[in-house]
Amino acid sequence: MIHRECGVLKTTYEADMALYPLPIARWAVAAIAVFFFLVLPLSVHEYYLSLVNLISIAVVGALGLNILVGYTGQISIGHGAFMSVGAYTAANFAVRLGAPFWVALPLGGLMAALVGAVVGIPSLRIKGLYLAIATLAGQLIIEWTINHVSWISGGVQASIEVPRPRLGSYVIGSQRQMYFFLLVFVVLAIVGTLNLMRSRVGRAFIAIRDQDIAAEIIGIDIFRYKLLAFAISSFYAGVTGVLYTYYLGIANYEQFQINVSIDYLAMIIIGGLGSVLGSIFGAIFVTVLPIAIRYAMEAFGDVFFSSAAVLNIIPNLRLILFGGLIIFFLVVEPEGLNRLWRNIRSYFRVWPFAY
Amino acid sequence: MRRCFVILLGLLLVTGAAVAPAAANHEIVIGMQCDRTGATQTVGVNLCPGYHDYIKLVNSKGGVNGHKIKAFEIDHEYKVPQGMESYERHKKEGAVLIGIYGTPHTYALTQKLTEDRIPGTSPGFGSAAAADGQRYPYIFPIAATYWSQGAAAVKFAKDQLGGLKGKKIAYLFYDNPAGREPLPVLEDLAEKEGFQLKTFAVPPPGVEMGAQALDIAQRYRADFVIAHLFGRSPSVSIKELKRVGYPLKKVVSFVWGAAEADIEAAGGFATAEGYNAMQFAGVGSDYPVLNEIREMYKKEGQQPPKEMASTVYYNRGVLQAAIHAEAIRNALKAHPDGKITGEDVKKGFEQIDKFSLGGLVPPLKITATDHEGGGLVQIYTVKGGKFVKTTEWYNAYTDVVAKHIHEASAKK
Repeated sequence: MIHRECGVLKTTYEADMALYPLPIARWAVAAIAVFFFLVLPLSVHEYYLSLVNLISIAVVGALGLNILVGYTGQISIGHGAFMSVGAYTAANFAVRLGAPFWVALPLGGLMAALVGAVVGIPSLRIKGLYLAIATLAGQLIIEWTINHVSWISGGVQASIEVPRPRLGSYVIGSQRQMYFFLLVFVVLAIVGTLNLMRSRVGRAFIAIRDQDIAAEIIGIDIFRYKLLAFAISSFYAGVTGVLYTYYLGIANYEQFQINVSIDYLAMIIIGGLGSVLGSIFGAIFVTVLPIAIRYAMEAFGDVFFSSAAVLNIIPNLRLILFGGLIIFFLVVEPEGLNRLWRNIRSYFRVWPFAY
Repeated sequence: MRRCFVILLGLLLVTGAAVAPAAANHEIVIGMQCDRTGATQTVGVNLCPGYHDYIKLVNSKGGVNGHKIKAFEIDHEYKVPQGMESYERHKKEGAVLIGIYGTPHTYALTQKLTEDRIPGTSPGFGSAAAADGQRYPYIFPIAATYWSQGAAAVKFAKDQLGGLKGKKIAYLFYDNPAGREPLPVLEDLAEKEGFQLKTFAVPPPGVEMGAQALDIAQRYRADFVIAHLFGRSPSVSIKELKRVGYPLKKVVSFVWGAAEADIEAAGGFATAEGYNAMQFAGVGSDYPVLNEIREMYKKEGQQPPKEMASTVYYNRGVLQAAIHAEAIRNALKAHPDGKITGEDVKKGFEQIDKFSLGGLVPPLKITATDHEGGGLVQIYTVKGGKFVKTTEWYNAYTDVVAKHIHEASAKK
């Protein structure tokens, strides 16, 4: 992330495909790991960790959606529903069979992958906006099913309480414990995506995104890889749903409605399509920005308005500012925050000589 | 040198004096969630000012037993992640009580509140099973749940029709978990009272109801309609039932179906003449506490806020704040220094008995086992351009409701 090389001196394919192109990258990653595993959790108040936790959950979901939308070029407005599939699968396993989280979590992901692959079948014939509508139908059908089949949803309330995740006899309950729990999965998701994208499968995804007919001609099985992209992406979504369920202690259908799908799409578009770092930036941006704006308004709102009016103005102005900032960042850099970050980096790379 | 010392001593005394009264008047923080911008913003824009006005009134009289209350409001746009963030923020600010807003938020916070030992209130939403104080020790519905409302609606229909044997009742509901929640109670009562029950689901977003209304009026020919709708749909239901010629006096709505704004959106009070709706807080502006709030604003030389005109939701905000203040008052009895915890406030809630605030609040009795407080409602009818009270506070079929609460907590 924060490193520079001088010239392209690679002589082998291995060097070109390496995760860490330079030794300094290895050190940077190690430093970041130390920061997130030791410095951050031991130095800040639990409240800030709860924010990081919300971001962590969003990062996993955004990465998954980016695999599908950003890397493979297929759109999905059904990710909220895939999350609910994972959530309810895990909740049912955890409550009915008493499965621990390390069983329920992958099962939730796998079930979501299966459902996602089925919803992805129309992608073989249709593209773009048409596919968006097909996945939207998937979202509505899944929502309706969970809502009405009480065997899945556990009754008319459509909510299942799950016990806290535990490792042996150690219960993961507080925000600080939850932070480490979620961080493990964030790391797995990031490393998994980075590696997926430099594998044969990842290259096939990118080839399909760039030009699917050309990809087919060079021997990529479009049918297989498109469904695989849907499955992998939905697996991430399912895991996100399970993490969210364990985080809240309950699987509830109202937490995975259509607006959630839209929020995640917003994250990857703002962050940058087809990049891991962009997914992280997008998740942070969408989660933290409304909160940051509220802090700013609380600090400065009294200067301009009466205190009763502030209460009414803060939330409304926050929505306006949130929308405005999204437009601002997209106008400044249509390719998202990741591109903005790269522009800043390459500016300083050659600084002070601007050529 | 000595002068320096004297100044230093003086400074110490001054700061000491400034700190001392602050310790005696410990400020009590209530975490309050609100939705002024999200899916249910029509409720929030009137409910939350009602809440703040009552707290302001309490503080203008010197607070609760000399302790000021700070209502820390956070708008969560009816989104769950932001609701979680607001809860953690409230906890950080030292809140001893959370006014939850929203059904998904109540579900999401139930486990956390129990672990952190902070009581949360969910008047008019959340789960009906939460009335069981043993199963959910830190959740307080403090108002009639959907099960109690369903029972009260059947009782009202029975009184209006003079018996239910062989009658046809239509249940018109918003097709989501909250809409379906009263179904088990209604089905039980249908069996018990011998009436026929038919359900008419309205799919979200609930603005298309022509077919259902026609079905109810022409094909099923219902003797009475129980409506449980949210958002824009209550006004649509009034319009559609009116259009197919169904008499509105044979309709009773649950608590989210009749605010002033809903009636206006349906075409005004003249159109909705006869429409009945349940309320868990008194409606209208003729209550002593509302007069006190108006007085308070007059003393400050200001007009009373315009939100007071929408009495249905404004009064609910006042009700919520009043019950919160009452719980804190009870908690402070044991801890006059004001250093109360969530556990003390929980016990404070469970001591609330016959608290009525001049008729705006039903005579609640909250106990360690019953967190609902009796499940009392009033029915108001649209008559001559305003809401007119049709019944006093009442509850019905408490045995059936209790059976369901008992079954729900036995399940886990």
